[in-house]
Amino acid sequence: MSVKVQNLSKHYGSQKAVDQISFEIPNGQVVGFLGPNGAGKSTTMKMITGFLEPNNGFIEVCGIPVLEQAMLSKQKIGYLPENNPLYYDMYIKEYLAFVANVYGVKKIGARVSEMIDMTGLGREQHKKIQQLSKGYKQRVGLAQAMIHNPDVLILDEPTSGLDPNQLEDIRSLIVNLGKEKTVILSTHIMQEVEAMCERVIILNKGKIAADNIVEQLKLGNKRTHIVRLKVKGKSAKNLQLDHVSFKDVQGEFIIAHSASVDKLSEAIFKYCVQNNLTLQHLAEEQDSLEDVFKQLTK
Amino acid sequence: MWTIFKKEMNQFFSSLVGYIAIGIFLVLSALFTFVFPTTSVLDAGFASLDTFFSNAPLFFLFLIPAITMRMFAEEFNTGTIELLITRPLKLSAIIGGKFFAALMIVVFSVLPTIVYYFSISKLAAPIGNVDTGGIIGSYFGLILLGASFVALGTFSSAITNNQIIAFLVGVLLCFSFYMGLDFLSKLPFFVGRFDYFIEHLGINSHYLSMSKGVIDTRDLLYFITLIVVFLLLTKTVLTKRK
Repeated sequence: MSVKVQNLSKHYGSQKAVDQISFEIPNGQVVGFLGPNGAGKSTTMKMITGFLEPNNGFIEVCGIPVLEQAMLSKQKIGYLPENNPLYYDMYIKEYLAFVANVYGVKKIGARVSEMIDMTGLGREQHKKIQQLSKGYKQRVGLAQAMIHNPDVLILDEPTSGLDPNQLEDIRSLIVNLGKEKTVILSTHIMQEVEAMCERVIILNKGKIAADNIVEQLKLGNKRTHIVRLKVKGKSAKNLQLDHVSFKDVQGEFIIAHSASVDKLSEAIFKYCVQNNLTLQHLAEEQDSLEDVFKQLTK
Repeated sequence: MWTIFKKEMNQFFSSLVGYIAIGIFLVLSALFTFVFPTTSVLDAGFASLDTFFSNAPLFFLFLIPAITMRMFAEEFNTGTIELLITRPLKLSAIIGGKFFAALMIVVFSVLPTIVYYFSISKLAAPIGNVDTGGIIGSYFGLILLGASFVALGTFSSAITNNQIIAFLVGVLLCFSFYMGLDFLSKLPFFVGRFDYFIEHLGINSHYLSMSKGVIDTRDLLYFITLIVVFLLLTKTVLTKRK
């Protein structure tokens, strides 16, 4: 296990920011932390990185207990904090060299230029951090998190405030990283989780509301069966099937809803065959992750 | 500790804070020592640097808290403290690096004033007839006084996110230790009872005793204790705040 968290709690006064959560993340998994504001995502991350001390619980990173051997576990983690704090008065290279130095990286110069290439900072590399646009600052944040080649990357809202092009770049960077490293990232954006993560942990009010593989979470949470179909020359009002409601949507598609029919697509197929209708399209619709999120965190 | 020290030094000199602090100190001390008639050595008739050594702590009283105010307050305010604490760095290394970087600025600002010693020594009659031992002791005391102010300033920077508050608290602390306790010991309530004790809690009596050219271990111990206590207090505050 790369990251192991057991019964982790953090209170601020009487408010429980994180309340008895446990999870385990195996090597090389990309996990998304989802949750509304104040759900405890950042607090959990800050406890794993050793910035905050938990009131209760146990954390292990790469087999190293974080609370007892902080210096060793910190060496294993690369961390991009929320809002990406940086020393604005430093030059990019100067800052990255400083970070590399702290981690005891060997051949600092080579490693710094490697990170600059990897994060696409090449054109901006001679600037001061304060002169960079938000997207480039974010790249510096990612570069400093990865400079010592850590086993675990913890990224708190790595894509907040980026334009669509930058968003795409950073996402593909993270997906690439996720091939070899364990990545924990937090976000509000559902598409992001679908695009980058294998697994999602949904937090709500300091508790884990759901923890599952992204695909299963979407399937498992389906309350009503929804099927999208297209029948040649027919619209919703021409179709009739017990316990199933049909509705026209754009592009001549029809959406079929049913709360009780178990195998809805099969039932529709048979219905069309019996009535000699030409079925041009038939597909089960998944709930989007957004729907799942809304249901779980209401 | 070395990496933090280097980072702080770079920040001092890239933001001009270092140059400005050193510059102000040198300009003020030169003006008071050689130009302004009320304090000028040239008008006093004695070849001594007493005026310099009695004025320098007053400049430090404002300059050192100005150097130290951003050290932790800014890190907390911009969130970069998170970057430091989540790195494999001991808290004591972070504090130590910052402390020695600020102390280095103090040393840099005092070093050029050695020129004053040579000018005075040339002006003396006969040439070279100056209290060299006393001046060496005074320099020693001045650096230790500066180091104590740095420790007090570091502590006040750690208790707040706001640099102005850090500066004001720093000035207050430095003033209290430098002169405040002296004044306090003169209150009728304390005189004859605790005045000796209170006076020796303050920096001034130890500083004056060093300027006589005698480096007493008791004075040395006082300064080191003061510095260590406030650096440890800084550590406690930082542990609490995270």
